[in-house]
Amino acid sequence: MPWIDACAIDDIDEEDLIRFDHGGATYAIYHGVDGRFYATAGLCTHENVHLCDGLVMDFTIECPKHNGQFDYRTGEAKRAPVCVSLRTFPVKVEGDRILIDVQ
Amino acid sequence: MGKRDYSLFGADAKRAVESGLTAAEWYHSDLPRKAMKDLMARSDGPAIRDTVLLYGLMIVFAAVGIALWPTWWSVPFWLAYGVLYGSASDSRWHECSHGTAFRTPWMNNMVYEVASFMIMRNSATWRWSHARHHSETYFVGRDPEIAVMRPPEMLKLVLNFFGILDVLKFFPNLIRNALAGPTASEKTYVPQSEWGKVRRVAQIHLALYAASVVLALALGSILPLMVIGLPRLYGAWHHVMTGLLQHGGLADNVIDHRLNSRTVYMNPVSRFIYWNMNYHVEHHMFPMVPYHALPRLHEAIKADLPAPNRSIADAFREMWQALKRQLANEDYFLKRELPASAKPYREDFHQYVPGIMAPNAAE
Ligand code: FES
Repeated sequence: MPWIDACAIDDIDEEDLIRFDHGGATYAIYHGVDGRFYATAGLCTHENVHLCDGLVMDFTIECPKHNGQFDYRTGEAKRAPVCVSLRTFPVKVEGDRILIDVQ
Repeated sequence: MGKRDYSLFGADAKRAVESGLTAAEWYHSDLPRKAMKDLMARSDGPAIRDTVLLYGLMIVFAAVGIALWPTWWSVPFWLAYGVLYGSASDSRWHECSHGTAFRTPWMNNMVYEVASFMIMRNSATWRWSHARHHSETYFVGRDPEIAVMRPPEMLKLVLNFFGILDVLKFFPNLIRNALAGPTASEKTYVPQSEWGKVRRVAQIHLALYAASVVLALALGSILPLMVIGLPRLYGAWHHVMTGLLQHGGLADNVIDHRLNSRTVYMNPVSRFIYWNMNYHVEHHMFPMVPYHALPRLHEAIKADLPAPNRSIADAFREMWQALKRQLANEDYFLKRELPASAKPYREDFHQYVPGIMAPNAAE
């Protein structure tokens, strides 16, 4: 399993996200309101905009371009104009590091 | 560039895609993430207050208008009701289509549906046209919401102060949508999964208008239509006035909202009706920021923006001069000076992409 060391847990404020680029792909890593960490594809499925400039509210990420929303735990598209769900990736915490499985 | 082709299927639409314009990244002023998060934060309070005030005032004005009908004393009340119905509904439609007015989704959706009906827009279609307006603001042939095309057609602009052309276009389209779903050009920006919804919304709107007309006929009075439908005509002037200022006379086919949008300081009544969309550069640059936080956003980035117009009248004077020049030269646009503190305009695309815009058209 290709677990990749993405960042430190302190790098992401609670109810926020950061961008993580690896192997030519871009990901978004979230610190949820439940204190857990999550990862999704980094680009909106509507028009390929980076989600890292968006707004995390509860378990939702809102895209900065047209305010489309996804549930970042499941990737589910929640609000137009997004129709296609986001890919999600497994996350684990080891010590103070966050690892994601990008396979 | 010369003659512009605004058709969504035309040569300029094709050229905008082929040249890479539609894929280019827009300029954004720098703002620390923490400040941005504060500005983007959602709440229900301001929009609940404004919505209660808006609909409360509408009920009072309509009730007094009906009570005084048909005397001339009712006129001021209809004018006030009309501007809230035919203009404030535009800004409510707009902000709720972004989902930024309220924190609670159902509140956004409810006000969005009501406002869409009042402003005579299919709620299932216009959400998508507005998404395109934000991705491709004033890209010729791509943006379906260009209010002032070049050369400007002055008569059309004047007629629309009374909503006449909008309404004349709306009803045939409504009937088409109700019978057969979205039109061919609507299908270019509405995804197929939504086509059924476009039709259902049109059927509901059509039924409501038909019921109002039937009631008017039954009563032998236009009074029901003074409440539903006609205010979209006699109250449209404020949203047309403010809407023209958003981009009128400025650049097209650029990827820097400082070049194609206008921020205007306005009086508090207009700002209530317009829900702060007078901060239009700010809104386009950061559409995640709710209307009530736009004055704060303006303060945060104004050093990077051209100076705002001081009033509606000042902005009209400026725009009018530019529109007059566009009558003679379609490529002319107004390029406002940036303060010394601002980053330079991002105009490389504008200047050098062949066929998009001849260099030095601006003065
Ligand atoms: S690009 Fe994300 S909602 Fe449009």
